[in-house]
Amino acid sequence: MTAVVPISWYLVLAAILFSTGVASFLIKRNLITVFMSIELMLNAVNLTFVAFAHMWHQVSGQIFVFFVMVVAAAESAVGLAIIIAIFRTRQTLNVDQVNLLKL
Amino acid sequence: MQLALFLIFGALAVAGAINFLLQRHPVNSALSLVVVMMSLAVLFWSLGAEFLAAAQVIVYSGAIMVLFVFVIMLLNAGEEERTHGSRAAYIAGFPGAAAIFCLLSFVFLTEGKSLGAAQLGGYLSHAVSNISQVSTLLFRDFLLPFEVTSVLILVAILGAVVLARKEQ
Repeated sequence: MTAVVPISWYLVLAAILFSTGVASFLIKRNLITVFMSIELMLNAVNLTFVAFAHMWHQVSGQIFVFFVMVVAAAESAVGLAIIIAIFRTRQTLNVDQVNLLKL
Repeated sequence: MQLALFLIFGALAVAGAINFLLQRHPVNSALSLVVVMMSLAVLFWSLGAEFLAAAQVIVYSGAIMVLFVFVIMLLNAGEEERTHGSRAAYIAGFPGAAAIFCLLSFVFLTEGKSLGAAQLGGYLSHAVSNISQVSTLLFRDFLLPFEVTSVLILVAILGAVVLARKEQ
């Protein structure tokens, strides 16, 4: 009944999710979707934290997941406000047309 | 049972991530991201992190994704138009993402022997709550970072209010 799952399976699952987040960060053209792919990458990292915390029987990793969640919440609040401000001035959400910082 | 939980919800998470990558409408992407986060919450719970599973459901799929969907609705974001995409994404991006995945999987699988396996049965059958452990560590050793996060949240709220305000 107590089936043993190798800890590396969890890490490979996290790697799959992280690289999917990287790929969607690169190919998505919508600012909001790019932001959501950052959240996906943070979630993948959280999974590795929890897996390692389980492996070493320490709860410190879970504390760090808690902090990652808090920082992600703050980051998404500020980022979405920035997106709203950009949309007000440029009337677009396309990352190709937001090139104010380009030389 | 734990193996079945991992297989089912891991496959669900991967399917949600792939669907997130393939969908063109932001609302569809947000909903598939909610699927990913919910299945990750189940995986956290199976790894013995009950508090984080609850926090994942409440904070991520409750608060953050609601914020995302709210902004999508507010800005009336439609389907992204079909562009060719940047050439750099195709030349460097996809091989880069594949290389990251291959590197991480190679390291994890070759080190699998020394990493060991997760003995999952004990946590679920004995129903040990780790909330007391987490709170002890959080409010004793990590008290200063915990207080600093409250300042961070406060600054983020103020910054969001200032940034999203209408210019007069």
